[in-house]
Amino acid sequence: MEMEKKKVLEKLKQKFPEKIKEISVQFGDENVLIESGFLLGIVQFLKNEPYAYNMLLDLTCVDYKDQEQRFEMVYHLYSLNNKQRLRIKTRLSEKDLSIDSLTSLWENANWLEREVYDMFGVQFRGHPDLRRIFMYEGFEGYPLRKDYPLRKRQPRIPLRK
Amino acid sequence: MSTRIQKEARKESLLLNMGPSHPAMHGTIRIMLELDSERILNSEVEVGYLHRGFEKTCENRTYFNLLPYTDRLNYVSPLINNLGYVMTVERMLGIEAPERAQYIRVIMSELSRISDHLTCLAAMAMECGAFTVFLYNMKAREFIWDVIEDTTGARMTTSYIRIGGVRADLHPDYKAVLKKAIVETRKVLKDVHGLLDKNKIFLNRTRDIAVVSPEKAISYGWTGPCLRSTGVYYDVRKASPYAVYDRLDFEVPLGERGDNFDRYMVRMKEMEQSLRIVEQAMEKIPGPSPSQLMAKGIEPAEAIKASRAKAVEKKIRLSPNLEGSEKEKYKNILAKDKKYIVPPKEDTYTTIEGIINHFKFFMREHGIRPPKGEVYFSVEGGNGELGYYIVSDGTDKPYRLHLRAPCFHIVSALEEMIQGRYIADVIPTFGSMNMIGGELDR
Repeated sequence: MEMEKKKVLEKLKQKFPEKIKEISVQFGDENVLIESGFLLGIVQFLKNEPYAYNMLLDLTCVDYKDQEQRFEMVYHLYSLNNKQRLRIKTRLSEKDLSIDSLTSLWENANWLEREVYDMFGVQFRGHPDLRRIFMYEGFEGYPLRKDYPLRKRQPRIPLRK
Repeated sequence: MSTRIQKEARKESLLLNMGPSHPAMHGTIRIMLELDSERILNSEVEVGYLHRGFEKTCENRTYFNLLPYTDRLNYVSPLINNLGYVMTVERMLGIEAPERAQYIRVIMSELSRISDHLTCLAAMAMECGAFTVFLYNMKAREFIWDVIEDTTGARMTTSYIRIGGVRADLHPDYKAVLKKAIVETRKVLKDVHGLLDKNKIFLNRTRDIAVVSPEKAISYGWTGPCLRSTGVYYDVRKASPYAVYDRLDFEVPLGERGDNFDRYMVRMKEMEQSLRIVEQAMEKIPGPSPSQLMAKGIEPAEAIKASRAKAVEKKIRLSPNLEGSEKEKYKNILAKDKKYIVPPKEDTYTTIEGIINHFKFFMREHGIRPPKGEVYFSVEGGNGELGYYIVSDGTDKPYRLHLRAPCFHIVSALEEMIQGRYIADVIPTFGSMNMIGGELDR
């Protein structure tokens, strides 16, 4: 199993030498840090045979407030055949806060990306219906960003006519 | 709020609002339906009515303090939520619970799974008109919750599984209560099979309704009983066994068609397997039983008084919080590393080391501080893979904590599942998903 895992990572490095910034293993999880522009291509490659990472387990974002490329998108892929999990990360800066949507590859990316948009304000290129999911329309700010205060109050929204 | 469907709907069709205060919507979800008489042309599912900022709150709590928040995610199987969180942190810290604690964890999470499935099926059957099934299932759940209450002291908000082990040992008489719960649950399962399996009314509303293909289910990120009902073999307990699941013998029931009835059937069969697991774990659980550890010793007040002069060497009968002498029991149910566990109360009250440990544990910036890095760990929850993604920056609070909620993925498929069907089909379809508001909306 360990050998298999190494193979995937090596193959990935061969295939996309300049697009992969870093490969690391921590707490038993494999991390791959890539350039944000190549996400769709790399994920598509991994989804196909023989690696068959056919499941998008999870998709989320982390806000590193003090770093230049502030937002880190985190994707967890899972291969049902090989019983392997892979974490793909990519950095976004606040100025250009957009990344390709994975809705063309997985259905659940739709809601997951809406959640990230709702909580962090990341724009997803090619998302069919990008709007808030947990918060209401008219909510100000992005609550999971580190500069959003824990106890911030929201303005009242006007009554509907 | 102007929702998408209000803009897109055809002029001649009827818009009907279902929920969030609709009894079949379980309180926290809203579906806007575009109808042609009773036929659903389109729909829009709106979630977020129970959003309470779980992830943001966790970023502002210490690793120890945020445990009670995890109870409130899935309030019918809180112990599995505890377990998922605790094991994620344990993986970062590199510690492992003692074997007895592992078995207790397995017993508790299987009991939770049974109570989760019972609740889901009870609601689903009741909404289809089978009120007897609801009452029977609730009865069985009471017996299971008796065991949970005896062990954890609470029925729902347990906070029982702790980093490094579990909070307390099993109740001295747990075996009798557990055996009773197993017998009663088996009886109820038999009755429910008899009431529903060939029931024409139930079959009409569930057979071949809301069919999901395996490809679709995978594409939607389904896990748990819902994914297995489509015939895909994936169970976290088998794919990457945690605790002691690899030492226990159980099967993973699969469905064939992926319709509402299969989702019902898979849950019923899974409960049977969970009961098997509990029985095996009950036999295999190692270590001295708690009744053997009811230590004879001096009274706590006496011990505290004596400790003023010098360290007490005699055994203390009760710890000062009246839970029985914790020191003896902690050996079997908590990890040894003093940095990560609350010291036994008899130590805290009678020795200087104990009090230092206590303060070091609870003082701000001093408690549990996992090394820098990030981790994803998942357990098999009541309705699928329950994963925690934690980013640590080396302080005593998680920098980011994200929950992979299984029913978030499942509910996102609802729009597609009910498209083209009748309004009446929404209810069993939604019921078979086991939507849990606390987990979905976080």
